[in-house]
Amino acid sequence: MAGLRSAEPDQEFAVKARVMTADDVRRALTRISHEIVEHNKGTEDLVIVGIRTRGAPLAERIASSIAQFEGADVASGALDVTLYRDDVNLRGPRSLEATTVPADLDGRTVVLVDDVLYTGRTIRAAFDAVLDLGRPRAVRLAVLVDRGHRELPIRADHVGKNLPTSATEVVKVHVNEIDGEDAVLIGEYR
Amino acid sequence: MIKHLLSMDQLSGDDITHILDTADSLRQVTDRPIKKLPTLRGRTVCNLFYEASTRTRISFELAAKRLSADVINFSADSKSSVSKGESFKDTAWTLEAMGVDAIVVRHGSSGAPLQLSKWVRASVLNAGDGAHEHPTQALLDLFSIREHFKDLSGLNVAIVGDVVHSRVARSNVKGLVTMGASVTLVGPPTLIPPQARAWGAEISHDLDSVVDDLDVVYLLRVQKERQNEQLFPSLREYAAIWGLDARRARRLKPDALIMHPGPMNRGVEIGADVSEYPRSIILDQVANGLAVRMSLLYLMLGGHEEAA
Repeated sequence: MAGLRSAEPDQEFAVKARVMTADDVRRALTRISHEIVEHNKGTEDLVIVGIRTRGAPLAERIASSIAQFEGADVASGALDVTLYRDDVNLRGPRSLEATTVPADLDGRTVVLVDDVLYTGRTIRAAFDAVLDLGRPRAVRLAVLVDRGHRELPIRADHVGKNLPTSATEVVKVHVNEIDGEDAVLIGEYR
Repeated sequence: MIKHLLSMDQLSGDDITHILDTADSLRQVTDRPIKKLPTLRGRTVCNLFYEASTRTRISFELAAKRLSADVINFSADSKSSVSKGESFKDTAWTLEAMGVDAIVVRHGSSGAPLQLSKWVRASVLNAGDGAHEHPTQALLDLFSIREHFKDLSGLNVAIVGDVVHSRVARSNVKGLVTMGASVTLVGPPTLIPPQARAWGAEISHDLDSVVDDLDVVYLLRVQKERQNEQLFPSLREYAAIWGLDARRARRLKPDALIMHPGPMNRGVEIGADVSEYPRSIILDQVANGLAVRMSLLYLMLGGHEEAA
């Protein structure tokens, strides 16, 4: 009954290029953090919410970076959007992780954070997930990498790096908390 | 993914852990203002109940609705087509023709869900068949125990009462043994099946001799309707020898759990107020049933059908 758990791709990932190093990632996240505060005119009512899996540690880092240079605590959390995806029927059930979002989102500005923006479908699912938790005053989007190929009319407010790709390529973001290093890789499955 | 859930025999320890972990995540939804997820939108679940049930049917109905599936309730009572003589098979085909995706079935005959699974394309979930199995009850019980003891292996569990007629006992023994717990079945010899040792359980006829060392005491409902089968002398004598009264409950270890699948006969298998003791998790069992059934519906219906 191995199939009860969602399948991991069993092909091998072949790296073609390392497009961001750990330093690049750190600088991009620092810039995004400043942009978020600048656009929000401060840290008031700000909630930084990472989309699981790899958006969650990135959101934590942005929140603590803002806390550092602004000297004010910033609420943060993590969102599992699996149950809101439009491809549940196509891809099969995936393992769930905890959603930990500050209790009250009403009237606040939620900044969603994800590692890669691609088709936009994950973000669409995240909108529904957030709106079931409350009614934010605004929802904004920050991503480390925007690789294009949108299938829905969605754009990011804050982008670490725009990365033109072909649809056959695979963009992988590694984060220290999960993968043991910070990097953005481009490659393909063989 | 498993297509049908008919028996605990189908599930490995890893499968059980995966189902319970998923239920853990889904339980959060119960604490939110909007207690609904869009995951099974457009799917249809039919509750097909040939035996009376309150908590199991409502729990399955609510679990399906929380995941946005449509729910049909079919009870084989005087108002249904069954009273007009419709056969089980014809009822199954009728549901099939209406295009249901899952059938939750309770039936008085052991093996009815297995039979049903051979007739229909829908997923079949066993909600209790005769004296055979009640797998979702066992899973919610494992979930409830796991909330208090992180690791199920090595736990000392007694299942007390009418084991021979109990599908709950059968599914629980299988689940607990799979997870590495030691299970003792306790009751009068007439109510303990002689083959129970083959399930991996110990047998005892004396609750007093095991009660001090238990981590979990699981009480089964005394089926009063069986009294005239003379399997035990009287309810009063049953309560005196095999009931968890206040005196025996005091002898339990301080962190031992008291469980019961419901409905309870207070004053028979469980002392009048023992169910309200702090270590009684009988109402948690009911609440956890919802999360566990949501988990199963998600894992069984929330996907493609290639592995069927």
